[in-house]
Amino acid sequence: MMSEFTQAFAAAGRLIATADADLFEIVALSLRVSLTAVAIAAVVGFPLGAALALLRFPGRRALTILLSALMGLPPVVVGLVVYLMLSRGGPLGVLGLLYTPAAMIIAQVVLVTPIVAALTRQVVEDLWYLYEAQLRSLGCSPRRAIATMLWETRYSLVTIFLAGFGRAGAEVGAVMIVGGNIDHVTRVMTTAIALETSRGELALALGLGLILLVLALVVNGAAFVCRDLSAGPSRQGNALP
Amino acid sequence: MKSGILPCHVEGVSFSVEKRRLIKNVSLSLDSGPLSVILGPNGAGKSLLLRLLHGLIVPQEGRVVWQGGTYDSRTGPHTRQAMVFQRPVMLRTTAIANVDYALRLAAVPSREREERCRTALERTGLSELAKLQARVLSIGQQQRLALARAWALEPEVLFLDEPTASLDPAAARNVEAVISAMHAAGTKIVMTTHDLNQARRLADEILFLHRGRLVECRPAKDFFEAPQSTEAKAFLSGDLVW
Repeated sequence: MMSEFTQAFAAAGRLIATADADLFEIVALSLRVSLTAVAIAAVVGFPLGAALALLRFPGRRALTILLSALMGLPPVVVGLVVYLMLSRGGPLGVLGLLYTPAAMIIAQVVLVTPIVAALTRQVVEDLWYLYEAQLRSLGCSPRRAIATMLWETRYSLVTIFLAGFGRAGAEVGAVMIVGGNIDHVTRVMTTAIALETSRGELALALGLGLILLVLALVVNGAAFVCRDLSAGPSRQGNALP
Repeated sequence: MKSGILPCHVEGVSFSVEKRRLIKNVSLSLDSGPLSVILGPNGAGKSLLLRLLHGLIVPQEGRVVWQGGTYDSRTGPHTRQAMVFQRPVMLRTTAIANVDYALRLAAVPSREREERCRTALERTGLSELAKLQARVLSIGQQQRLALARAWALEPEVLFLDEPTASLDPAAARNVEAVISAMHAAGTKIVMTTHDLNQARRLADEILFLHRGRLVECRPAKDFFEAPQSTEAKAFLSGDLVW
């Protein structure tokens, strides 16, 4: 049993070291799908979150609560809903997107946008508390304030982007359902790991698992650096004139 | 001279938070000329009154009338007013870009902006720090930058809310010098302070506020030499019980 385990590790190492084509095709697709999804989620979610924090309109509270609730969406449910939308009988069936990378991107956008928007709202609202009087005094309209506050929270937004990327890259349920885990077409790291493990092909599964782990480490490390940056230069260390 | 927004008439203004009346039926007039200081102990309602005057908040009773109309939270503060707060709020960018941001909000054409930014920083002694990140400046420098930002807007009226309360004496003197210079240049200054010495140094006119009421409103000299109300007498002798 133990030797099987170490053998799998060795095989995984070989796959990575020799830049195995299948392995890297899967990694590349995973990155492409998740990065595209998070980029779209950010384009929608950053302004949406900031607008929720800054604008006063009827239904704002309800929308805020809904968004928070959507943060916890189970990926399989998202997969199911997107599947129904994209399947031949569904409202978007004519697009023929089911079992394509595009379908996987759509599912991850649905999954990640509420997370990005809700976290953005929180970050912007916290900072707005300090900025509001000054910006209103300068004649900053709420719309203008959205752009200003997104710029002011930019380091936090990078962290949010990375959190969204972590969520998108790690989920398996949604992409499995709408992508179908088709070899060379829609196979990404998480679905491949699930499949290879169930087939007993531990080497590929482990190799992918290792890469996924390293990616998670890199992403979290980057998020950590961003948090440091967002804390800004220390004022305490600065001498008075 | 462009048509001004002064005088300002405050008519029976009251403001409550959760049924506690924090500003009680205040009426006063502000006109160009004297440097007006709203004086009073902590919690007297000085900052609140300043925000009501500036139009950041709207009174539940009474009104603030500027020449040409009233302004409320919908229209926002008048473009010919500016305000400097106790703690400067600076954007995460360079010192000069902070000034430029205010001018862009005020729709000042770009040709004019550069010149006005530079002048404002010169006047406040910050020219050499123009390209530094605003947030690495000391609090005293940031407060002067806030004044530069306000000055660049060339307001007719400048409100200052305890502008030196967070500063050490040297930085406070620097800020006071800028305030005096702006006053000398013709800007109407309305500032709050709880610092008697500062009020003595700067004020031409004292509006003494106590527990949300405007107790006295007189030339500074008269106020300090012969306060009329018992509250003002107690405050000046240092034993006003809040």
